[in-house]
Amino acid sequence: MSIVTIQRKVLEKNDEIARRNRERFSQKGTFVINLVSSPGSGKTSVLERTLEYFEGKVRLAVIEGDVQTDLDAQRIARYHVPVVQIVTNGGCHLEAKLVEDALTNVDLRGVRLLVIENVGNLVCPSNYDLGEAMKVVVASTTEGDDKPLKYPGMFLHSSALIINKTDLLPYVSCSLEVLKGNALKINPALKVFEMSCTTKVGVPEWCRWLEEHLSG
Amino acid sequence: MHELSIAQSILDIVRQSVPEKELPAVRFVTLQVGDLAGVVPDSLEFSFTVLTTNTPLRDAKLHIDHIPFVVMCNPCGKSFTNEIGFVLCPTCGGADTKILSGMELQVVEIELEEIKAEAS
Repeated sequence: MSIVTIQRKVLEKNDEIARRNRERFSQKGTFVINLVSSPGSGKTSVLERTLEYFEGKVRLAVIEGDVQTDLDAQRIARYHVPVVQIVTNGGCHLEAKLVEDALTNVDLRGVRLLVIENVGNLVCPSNYDLGEAMKVVVASTTEGDDKPLKYPGMFLHSSALIINKTDLLPYVSCSLEVLKGNALKINPALKVFEMSCTTKVGVPEWCRWLEEHLSG
Repeated sequence: MHELSIAQSILDIVRQSVPEKELPAVRFVTLQVGDLAGVVPDSLEFSFTVLTTNTPLRDAKLHIDHIPFVVMCNPCGKSFTNEIGFVLCPTCGGADTKILSGMELQVVEIELEEIKAEAS
């Protein structure tokens, strides 16, 4: 037997493209967030509330990732921001190459914030760097307070946690304190926001924090 | 189910590391997988088999080294492990900790069977 010893990250190709994306974003002065969650947590609703807040103030662009349909892109187009839909056709996550390809259809000039809405999935997207400045994970109260324990990777790799659907707390068995505590045990540096996209409670706090990260 | 695309990435690395005519001699590909890397070893092995069937790499097997999740508490100077992925120190409860291992996903070794010299 002969042995070839190497030390190569399995996802090095993705990481390389992500580096290219990141360089491009930095040249354009665009701050990029990778919005992740399980399906139905309210990523698109969080995005809609965010677009409303920044309307007329900050130029934004959106890349939507979904397994099928451009329904989300249609929802976002109502806010008059450039939006590109990536349909993965069964793929469970976005990869840096898909984002790089989508960027050929986005004019980043003057865009200060690009939101990439990932495919609804709390497992696979955590492995794939897209070139974003930060991952933001959305967890909703209807999913229960044990989500961080079941999917630690995503909470570990995220910079902020938005707890959505707080207006439903009286009707579901979910403790905000337990949910936050579980998330912070996995990632003590997580910035936590409590939000209801229906009543809009918590939206300004989240948007103001996000605004602090934008350049110029 | 991103294991299929991960298996494809592993095969790309093998093909770049071994000359094409030696690919049929590859017997084992050793992979380090951290306990918190978000990869299901059984799915990965299955995907690897699917992708190598009827190819020059058909005799290659995936060998997975599991790397435990280990965290070091800076003030206590002690390391600890936790199967869920908690990073708070169990001794002092502090958050000044550093993840030492458990996030790995890398190819470390490719083992080839020697191609015997033809008897003349």
